[in-house]
Amino acid sequence: MTDKTDIILIINGRAHAISVEPRKTLVDAIRDDCGQTGTHIGCEHGICGTCTIILDGDAVRSCLMFAVQADGRHIRTVEGLADGETLHPLQQAFITHHGLQCGFCTPGFLMLAVNALEHNPNIGDDELLDVLASNLCRCTGYQNIIKAVRAARDEMRGAKAT
Amino acid sequence: MSHGGNAHGYPTPPPSSARRVLGHAVARIEDRPLVTGRGRYAGDINFPHQLHMRIVRSPNAHGKILSVDASAALAMPGVLAVWTNADIAELSPIDFRADKNATGIREFRQPALAQTYVRYIGDPVAAVFADDPYVAEDAAEQVALAIEALPVVMSASDPPGEFEPGRSSEAIVLHHSFGDVEAAFRNAHAVIELDLQTGRHSGVPLETRGAIGVYDAAKDLLELHGAAKIPHRNRETLCRMLNRAPSSLHLHESHVGGGFGIRGELYPEDVLVLVAAMRFERPVKWIEDRREHLMCANQGREQRHRARIAVDRDGHILGIEDEIFHDQGAYIRTHGVNVPNRTMCMMTGAYKVPAYRAKARVRLTNKTPAATYRAPGRYESTFVRSRLMDAVAAKLGIDPVEVRRRNLITAQEMPYVIAFDEPGVEALEFDSGDFPALLEKALKAFGWDKLQADLKRRRAAGELVGAGVAIFMEESGRGPSDNAKIKVDPDGTVELITGGASLGQGFETVMAQICAEALGVDYRRVRVIHGQTDLIDHGIGAHAARATVLTGGAVHVTATMVRDKALEFASELLQTPADDLDIVDGMVMRRDTKGGPSIALGDLAKRLAPGSKLLRGRDPQLAAHGWYNTDHTVFPYGVHLAVACVDRDTGRVAVERFMVAYDVGRAVNPLLIEGQLVGGCVQGLGGALSEEFVYDEAGEPLSATFADYLMPTVHDVPDVEVLLTEDAPSPRHPLGLKGAGEGGINGAGGVIASAIDDALQMSGAITRLPVTPQRIRDLLRR
Repeated sequence: MTDKTDIILIINGRAHAISVEPRKTLVDAIRDDCGQTGTHIGCEHGICGTCTIILDGDAVRSCLMFAVQADGRHIRTVEGLADGETLHPLQQAFITHHGLQCGFCTPGFLMLAVNALEHNPNIGDDELLDVLASNLCRCTGYQNIIKAVRAARDEMRGAKAT
Repeated sequence: MSHGGNAHGYPTPPPSSARRVLGHAVARIEDRPLVTGRGRYAGDINFPHQLHMRIVRSPNAHGKILSVDASAALAMPGVLAVWTNADIAELSPIDFRADKNATGIREFRQPALAQTYVRYIGDPVAAVFADDPYVAEDAAEQVALAIEALPVVMSASDPPGEFEPGRSSEAIVLHHSFGDVEAAFRNAHAVIELDLQTGRHSGVPLETRGAIGVYDAAKDLLELHGAAKIPHRNRETLCRMLNRAPSSLHLHESHVGGGFGIRGELYPEDVLVLVAAMRFERPVKWIEDRREHLMCANQGREQRHRARIAVDRDGHILGIEDEIFHDQGAYIRTHGVNVPNRTMCMMTGAYKVPAYRAKARVRLTNKTPAATYRAPGRYESTFVRSRLMDAVAAKLGIDPVEVRRRNLITAQEMPYVIAFDEPGVEALEFDSGDFPALLEKALKAFGWDKLQADLKRRRAAGELVGAGVAIFMEESGRGPSDNAKIKVDPDGTVELITGGASLGQGFETVMAQICAEALGVDYRRVRVIHGQTDLIDHGIGAHAARATVLTGGAVHVTATMVRDKALEFASELLQTPADDLDIVDGMVMRRDTKGGPSIALGDLAKRLAPGSKLLRGRDPQLAAHGWYNTDHTVFPYGVHLAVACVDRDTGRVAVERFMVAYDVGRAVNPLLIEGQLVGGCVQGLGGALSEEFVYDEAGEPLSATFADYLMPTVHDVPDVEVLLTEDAPSPRHPLGLKGAGEGGINGAGGVIASAIDDALQMSGAITRLPVTPQRIRDLLRR
């Protein structure tokens, strides 16, 4: 099992040339081989969504993929959301609306919601709930996560309209 | 039972409107790193040359270990060692905390690796150490265990079995009582007896446990990284177990992905990484996987109650009697028998109960060990008490709210003391509160009366919908002491070192607010340090809703010392009496006039540097180290109201509305308190409706994935309404504070049971949590 394969993961626009066993999960490679520890591991069986990343424009659970499957593909993680010191509107909304407590599930929720808002900036409240129901949070009771994502949606929509 | 008692100590603190930052809903200072991926959780901590540990766990719920064959594992490249109990024979089992009365229960502690017997599926049997975590896991699978199966005990209300030959699995029987219970039941107008069960569930934080042991042989210094909750108290226990001086063993807390009482207790793996780090002289890292977490981390709540209540014809409580079967799981962990004790002492809640007798049978079963989970003993006892009150209401034909109203302790009776007959059992001394007022406020805010009419109409139209109420006491801020160190840097930055801990609840912001209020600085300029035993020698940690009250008290005391020093020194420099000076936004200035002479705190710090000619006998630095000491506990209280609607076809319960009404004494940050209350409430709903650790008859855990252990998602939760009141600041705390960590979860089981009864119009239908769709369907088929 120790034969390694050379692959390139393009994370937030930067290429990481790494050598991994074929069985290595994508999330382990992102964290351990590329040093991007903002993506967290919550269950390793695809339910909690803590490890959600955006892969070539789709939100995926990086614990359910092997790193070799992402060879040469574009990955976005929480580290790539802010523009320098300027936070992404969703990051700011999570702070403003107290949408996080321990912060462990937060990167997954951010990537999940960013992806949903990018796909459909006019996403309705109910559809948004369906999206957010994909991930688990144990601290907040979700209320403030919902508030934060709705506020960010409205703000981003407003910014586009002007 | 009696009332009256100690004189109130502190004057009523001012409301938030008269405060600068204390009591205000300001944004958290800890958030920015967490939303940008810069958090540093246990899994993110690495050391050069580290080893990875993987635990080989028992596949049997009860058995005798015949052999452990590690030869195949040891032959694998990258595997350094495989340990069994023989390799750590000198190590004591995982010890109780020093402050626990452990008489008669020490035999039930868990060894770090199983010795002779395994007692639950997941019990650590061997530890594999390898260069790589994948290799460690591969090797663990190659360790062959031969175990002779023994009979299992899977229910605490079944007859006890044997923990080991000749030792019963009933570890201890505990008692709490007061008053003349015989007379109460003899003279009763009515006696009601219920058989009730709370299900086995737990905190299940999103971050699993993790521990990294590091040993510096040159300094003979041992470090545990990934610590949480109670680093200082765990250091005490570890020093005892490893026979080390406190100054040679340090715990380091980084970010913690949720705690809820279960994370941060001392577990076998924490001790193993430390022993291994010393023996191998290499850092040793262990990260739990989710399956392990659901089979090995502390679980809780599972109790059966045979409860009786005696009442007069008007529904006044005459007495309560309860026999509790407490399912402890396979071992007694760090808390000893705290949970059954808290269950018994909090059973009477906010009611006047003249006579009470409870007996808790603490029984070991072949399941994962149980311990404290958020509102330990209170979630359970509030469920039982609420069921009793609803049963009284139904039996006497009195409205469920009215029967509660008639029994509440009143504000005039504060402080209210509940003393128990048993020697050594601590009395409860409720410090302040107006329970009837909070109940009325909550009912009004919820629109209770109009709601009843609506529900009646909906039920008449065929819906199964109803409302419930639960009233509860919380406890928080138990002493004895905490301390804090504050230092102002020359640039005006304030360093605040506490012995507290953060599990994500907003500890840093709360402490910064308390510090900033006293010191007159921007709270965002306070750097809050917690969970580092090398920076401060004592710390209470974050448990039992203590942090804000106790550590907050220490921060207030210490910040006031720094303030006094700053004003005294500035008084000399500015030639102004100290009483005429205030500190505003980090500047010391005259209270009465704007634009007069002023000096920045940072400049004062500069002028107080060691060697400064201005010291004139003062100690250098604008700094202080202060203590807050108290003999008391403070008691917040709350009311939960809920509306539940049952789907006749699927048996699913939808919680349409939920209100948490809670008196927190004085709020430091209402935004964060609401976060605590709502988050706790939703966890409580999980335990009331869906979360349950289920075992089969052979002891196989059936809830070892998130597909089987069902925590609430966005779709399962109502928009929780919070009514936060400050009617009863604690007279026992300088800032009037009471804790808020557990008020959201406490009554959730009780209120949901009450609401479902009402929805089904079947009084007393709910006797067991969680109320799963399956159980509802069974009820509807009757």
